[in-house]
Amino acid sequence: MSSPEFAPWDDPSAQPLIQFKNVTKRFGSFTAIDDLAVDIYEREFFALLGASGCGKTTMMRMLAGFETPTSGQIMLAGQEIGAVPPNLRSVNMMFQSYALFPHLSVWDNIAFGLRRERMAKDLIKARVEEMLRLTRLEKFSGRKPHQISGGQRQRVALARSLAKAPKLLLLDEPLGALDKKLRQETQFELMDIQEKTGTTFVIVTHDQEEAMTVASRVAVMDEGQIIQIATPDKIYEAPNSVYVADFIGDVNIITGTARPNGAQQYDIHWSEGHAPLCAQSVSTFSDGQSCHLAIRPEEVLISAEKPENADNTMQGKVLDIAYLGNISTYHVELPNGTVVKAQIANTRRISRRAFTWEDPVWLSWAASAGVLLAK
Amino acid sequence: MRRFLLILIPYAWLLALFLVPFAIVFKMALSDIAVARPPYFPQFDWAEGIWVFLAELDFENFVWLTEDDLYWKAYLSSLKIAAISTLLALLVGYPMAYGMARAPEQWRPTLMMLVILPFWTSFLIRVYAWMGILSNEGFLNQFLLWTGVISAPLTILNTNWAVYIGIVYTYLPFMILPIYAALERMDGALIEAAEDLGCSRLSAFWLVTFPLSRPGVIAGSFLVFIPVLGEFVIPSLLGGSDTLMIGKVLWEEFFSNRDWPVASAVAVVLLLLLIVPIVLFQRNQQKQQEADR
Repeated sequence: MSSPEFAPWDDPSAQPLIQFKNVTKRFGSFTAIDDLAVDIYEREFFALLGASGCGKTTMMRMLAGFETPTSGQIMLAGQEIGAVPPNLRSVNMMFQSYALFPHLSVWDNIAFGLRRERMAKDLIKARVEEMLRLTRLEKFSGRKPHQISGGQRQRVALARSLAKAPKLLLLDEPLGALDKKLRQETQFELMDIQEKTGTTFVIVTHDQEEAMTVASRVAVMDEGQIIQIATPDKIYEAPNSVYVADFIGDVNIITGTARPNGAQQYDIHWSEGHAPLCAQSVSTFSDGQSCHLAIRPEEVLISAEKPENADNTMQGKVLDIAYLGNISTYHVELPNGTVVKAQIANTRRISRRAFTWEDPVWLSWAASAGVLLAK
Repeated sequence: MRRFLLILIPYAWLLALFLVPFAIVFKMALSDIAVARPPYFPQFDWAEGIWVFLAELDFENFVWLTEDDLYWKAYLSSLKIAAISTLLALLVGYPMAYGMARAPEQWRPTLMMLVILPFWTSFLIRVYAWMGILSNEGFLNQFLLWTGVISAPLTILNTNWAVYIGIVYTYLPFMILPIYAALERMDGALIEAAEDLGCSRLSAFWLVTFPLSRPGVIAGSFLVFIPVLGEFVIPSLLGGSDTLMIGKVLWEEFFSNRDWPVASAVAVVLLLLLIVPIVLFQRNQQKQQEADR
C-alpha cells in the first residue's frame, strides 16, 4: 500500500492538534520551560529528546495536566487546556514506572479508566478484550502485575493508557526499564500500535536511537528550549547547531573561520600549517566569520595511500580502534593533536585489515559531506 | 543437631513461661474456692496419688460464668469498648499516618520520632497525667471554662469517655506505624495514574490509596484491638464504677473476692476469645508477606 508521505507540518492549511503558545514554566527561580512554542499534528509520533533536566518531562507533565504553565497557553484541538485537571482531559499517559495498580488484575487495570466513565459493562468488556488482543495479553488478563514479566507489564501500561481512546497519548521513557533486545522489539511494536490506532503519540526519551527509530518528528531540547524540530533524517543530516549534531549520533567538530570561495563554497581556515578545508553550505557566512564544520565519522574515508580527487585530505596516525563487529571506528590523530573519527564497515575479516595502531593513514571527505554551522 | 538446639531455646522459653503457667491457671480454674492458703482446693497430695486429685477437678466455675450475667456482660462490654476504641484509633491514626507519609522526606524521621516519643515515659505516669487533665478541676475543664465554651465543668473522668480517650491515646502509635509503613512505600505515580485515568482526588484515594494501605489498617486494628480487650489499668484508673471490662472483673475476683478459681476461669475464657483475632492477624501478616515476595 503506498500512501502520500505523512508530513502535515509542511502543509500550511493543516490544523495542529496541540499548540504550545509561548509557554513558560518556572519552579521558584528555576525556569524549566522557557517561552516555548511548538505545534504537534494529529497522528504524529512526536519525540521529545534531551538530556535529563532539559525540560522534556515538565513539558509532558503540562500536557498531562500535572503541572500548569506559569504563562502562555497550551491548546488541544483548538481548546485551551492549561488549567484543566488531568482527570478531565482527553489525554492519557504511560508512566515511566508503569504505575500499574498492584491490587488489581491486568484486566481490572485496563478497565480502570473505562469504569470511571460509567461505561456499560458489556462495552467495557469488549474494549478491554480489544486492548488485550492488541497488546497480546489475553492469556494474562487474570494475573496481578507482580505475576508477569517486565515486558508484559510495559504492554499492560500501554493497553491501560490506550483503553480510553485518548486524543493524545503521552509516553514517559516507555522502554527505559527493558533490556536492549526487548527494547528494540518493543519500539517496532509501539510504531505498529500507533499506526493501527491512529492515536497521536508524544514520547519523552533521552535515548536518541529510540527517538530516531519511532518518531515522525524529533524535538531536541536543552535548558527549557527546543533547539531543533525536524524529521529524524533531517536532524541527523542537517543539524542546526553543534549541540544537536553532537547530541544525535557521533560527530567530528572542526572549528575555524570561513572565507567565501565561489557560490555556496567556503574555505575553512582551522589550523596553522594545515591547508584550509573546503566545504559547501546553503546558509551564508561572511568573510572571516567563525564557524564549526560537523562531519559524521561515516563520511570520513580512511586509506593507506593519499586518495586522488578528494576535496579534503589530511594525514595522521591511528590512535585507537573501536571494533563494534559490523563497523569499526578509527581515532586518527593529526600532527596538530586534533583527533578525527572515521568509521568504516567491516566488509572483510579483521585479520585482513589494511592498517592498525600507530600506522600513518590518510583521511578524506567530500566538500558536501560536512555541515557548516554558525553556533 | 545445632539447628535443633537453636529452635529448642524459644520453645523452652514458651514452655516455661507460657504453657506451664497456663496449665497451672487452667488447673486452678477447675478447682474450688477454699479458705486456705493457697485459697483453693484440691491440692496435689503424693500420698493419695494422681487419680484422686484429678477426680476432684470439675468445670463448675465455667458453668458459673454462664449463670451469673456479670461475666458475659463484662466480656461483651470489653468487646464493645475494644471495637469502638479500635475504630476511633483508626479515624484519628489514619490521617496522621497519611500526613506523615506525604510529608517532605526530611521531615519524616522527626514525625516518626514524635509518634514514638511518649513510649519514653512510663505508661502509668501518662495515664495519671490524663487524670490530671480530665478531672473536674483539671486542665481541660479550666481551659474550657476560661474560653467560655462551658459554664459548668464537664464530668469526663470516671466515665467511658475517659476510658476511650485513654485507650486511643495509649494505643495510637500501634495504629499509626503499620498504616504509615504501608502508605510510605506506595509509588506516588499510582495516584497520578488514577487521576490521569479519570479519578478525582477523592476517588483516587478510595480506589487506590486506601486499598493499598489495607494490610496496614488490618494490622494496626488488630494491634489495638487485641491488647485493649484485656485492658485493666486504663479502665480502672480513668473509668467509673459503671465501666465494665473483663480485665477489671478479673482483678476484682482475684484480689477483692480472693476467688482464684473463678478468676482463673475468667482468664482462660479471655485467652480463648483472643485466639480468634490473633489467628486472623497472623493470617493477614502472612498474606502480606507472600504478596511482597
